[in-house]
Amino acid sequence: MDTFTQLTLNGLTEGSTYALIALGYTLIYGVLKLLNFAHGDVFMVGSFIGFGVLKVLGGAGDPKLPVWLLLTLMVRGGMVGCAILGVAIERFAYRPLRDAPRIAPLISALGVSFFLANSFQLMFGAQQYNYGIFFLDGGSLFSKGFEIGNVHIPLIAIITILSAFALMIVLWLLVTRTRAGKAMRATSFDREAAAMMGIDIDRVIVFTFVVGSALAGAGGVMFALRVPTAASIGFVIGLKGFTAAVIGGIGSIPGAMAGGLILGFAEAYIAGYWTTRWSDLVIFSVLILFMLFRPSGLLGQAGIKKV
Amino acid sequence: MSEPDDLQAPSGPAIGQDEWVARHGERRSQRAGLIGEIEERARRAPWWAWLVLFVAAFALLPVVSHDGYIRRVAFDTTLYMLLALGLNVVVGWGGLLDLGYAAFYAIGAYAYAMLSSPQYGIHLPTLVSIPIIVVIGAVAGFLVGLPSRRLIGDYLAIVTLFFLQITQTVLTNGDQIAGHDLTGGANGIINVDPLHLLGHPLVVQHGGVFAVTYLYISIATFAVVYLALHFVNHSRTGRAWRSLREDGLAAEAMGMPVNLLKLMAFSFGAAVAALTGTLFAALQTSVFPLQFSFPLVITVYTMVILGGQGNLAGVTIGAVVVWVMLEFLRDPGDARILFYVVGVLAIAFAFGRTRKLAVLLGSLVVFGFAAHAIADAINHDWVSGPAANGFDHALSHWVIIPTGLANWVGPVSYIGLVCLVLALTLLPARVRYVALVPTIYLGTFVWENVLLAQPDATRYIILGVMLIGLMILRPNGLLGERRVEIV
Repeated sequence: MDTFTQLTLNGLTEGSTYALIALGYTLIYGVLKLLNFAHGDVFMVGSFIGFGVLKVLGGAGDPKLPVWLLLTLMVRGGMVGCAILGVAIERFAYRPLRDAPRIAPLISALGVSFFLANSFQLMFGAQQYNYGIFFLDGGSLFSKGFEIGNVHIPLIAIITILSAFALMIVLWLLVTRTRAGKAMRATSFDREAAAMMGIDIDRVIVFTFVVGSALAGAGGVMFALRVPTAASIGFVIGLKGFTAAVIGGIGSIPGAMAGGLILGFAEAYIAGYWTTRWSDLVIFSVLILFMLFRPSGLLGQAGIKKV
Repeated sequence: MSEPDDLQAPSGPAIGQDEWVARHGERRSQRAGLIGEIEERARRAPWWAWLVLFVAAFALLPVVSHDGYIRRVAFDTTLYMLLALGLNVVVGWGGLLDLGYAAFYAIGAYAYAMLSSPQYGIHLPTLVSIPIIVVIGAVAGFLVGLPSRRLIGDYLAIVTLFFLQITQTVLTNGDQIAGHDLTGGANGIINVDPLHLLGHPLVVQHGGVFAVTYLYISIATFAVVYLALHFVNHSRTGRAWRSLREDGLAAEAMGMPVNLLKLMAFSFGAAVAALTGTLFAALQTSVFPLQFSFPLVITVYTMVILGGQGNLAGVTIGAVVVWVMLEFLRDPGDARILFYVVGVLAIAFAFGRTRKLAVLLGSLVVFGFAAHAIADAINHDWVSGPAANGFDHALSHWVIIPTGLANWVGPVSYIGLVCLVLALTLLPARVRYVALVPTIYLGTFVWENVLLAQPDATRYIILGVMLIGLMILRPNGLLGERRVEIV
């Protein structure tokens, strides 16, 4: 039972990170019909920005600010930095190709992903960066927390899960309750018709990239709080985020959240009860089957291809 | 009143012939002077003359140079030429985005390694194992292509990418499948036999120098594959592929077996990749999982897109250009010369023989010396970086090379350069021209101090930038077929 609780906790923490990335994929795919290969690398950049903010403010061992404020600033920094990066990527790599054949922006996205990952390797080397341990009164982010049975639930897990869910709720409200969200949904439904109804498509797309990339940035900082980051993490994490988005049904926001959590749980249980060696294999194989037999995902709507 | 003859022979296009096609000859603009003359001659030469010339040039390389390194680079180049030809079938002709292409290369290499190494104690003669491997590759391509019946575009791309990841996982962890060592795991398979021809093993090293035999085998393989693909391209199947690429739905409506065509494209591409993998494994006499990872796919994609998707000669040239460039970037001295030569040529090409060019180059030189003098005056350490003799020494009077770079300078100057270059594309032409001088100078600074220090990252950064730039500026590549615009 303790193992189960532990694995569930792991799955929930990992899964909420995947969900944050999956949301970015889903949002951008919904509006542009583009698989943004560079999204995982935006996530990586977010984790580095968090590290930069931390360095400027004195490092984890000797912070100039209270730890809570520091953490908030790091996440904010990652979100803002990634939002700017996302807008730049859209402006320079995707916008010129908006009317090109569908294969063109995909290849451009591959180029962006490769460029980002290797630029960061060029600037900061291939080594891993660790945020370090944040000391709170009477413990650290890892040692504090509470117990369920014999399982220790660290503060860091609680922070990750709660903030991820908070961001998802904010996003949900943004998309369903605001004018900008309405414009996004309209664009996603039918771009041309939306443009004819007076919606500024360029603005909607930029806004989507701001939101999607900011989520990735927040996810990146929270990920790097737990796991050391490196310039090369973007590829695999991006792949998993995309997996989550597809499982949930690409284009669907609740789907992306569900997909992220399912992926997190699946990984944790496979790793815990069986082996870490084959967990990637199982997940990718399941995904291929998923794409073959239910490409619209769990919560997606089957698209009808118009001739 | 028109003459009766005019009515008999209308001047317009013939019936059943598009006007656009009919006037093809007129639309081709010819350059004036000698260059135009050469261009026109070159255009009239038949395709096989070019192929013969190209293969002969490669074959003569070992005669001209006895340098083992150059032979090895030539061999690697032919491997990439083969890979590019194979990928061209899938991407250029079929229009299918296959991101798992390296997996077929891996399958070929591992199949050869398993069939001719102590791993299983099998040592098949090469002439037996190669057909087996090509068939294995084609079958693998067929199986991976099956999803393409239902998926298109990015979905297919991601499925093939997953396939590559799965292949990697299996190869890396294959030393513990149900307690058996199948693939040698992360340590790969070593002691693979070299190629056996007519009962004789072909040694890789001949007196410490790379054996020429392998270069001849690979170039011969290239010629055979090129010829085969050329004839396939001009067959019914080739035409069907192109119609599939342009509009799958329309092709299906015309009664073409779309699914079969897609699977054939995958099979052909995979078979070529597997064949190439065989040569690779035989030369290396070992295979490791990490040799077949995603960067390889990106490299081959850059070759295909630079050369021009769908054009056999184009992708071959693309492979040569990209691989030779990547080889140049390995060595800082070569990379430096390449950078300045390409830079000056690019500027000259962009402005032509105008006064603007002279002013730009002149102000660039002046700007450089001025910046160098200012930096020298502030702190001599800023300009006292290591300078070798000759070209590098002359250069060190112009570009700022500090001794020992502070940690923050690299990232800041690099990010600054990227931002400047991006901003340049948004500026009006006049301002851009003025801002070009400091940007280029900053570019040389970053090149000398940041990029040259890390050749590996630099190579891939350049590939990434090439992919983005090509897609935006010249999606047809150097020699690609122009897509037909469907209104």
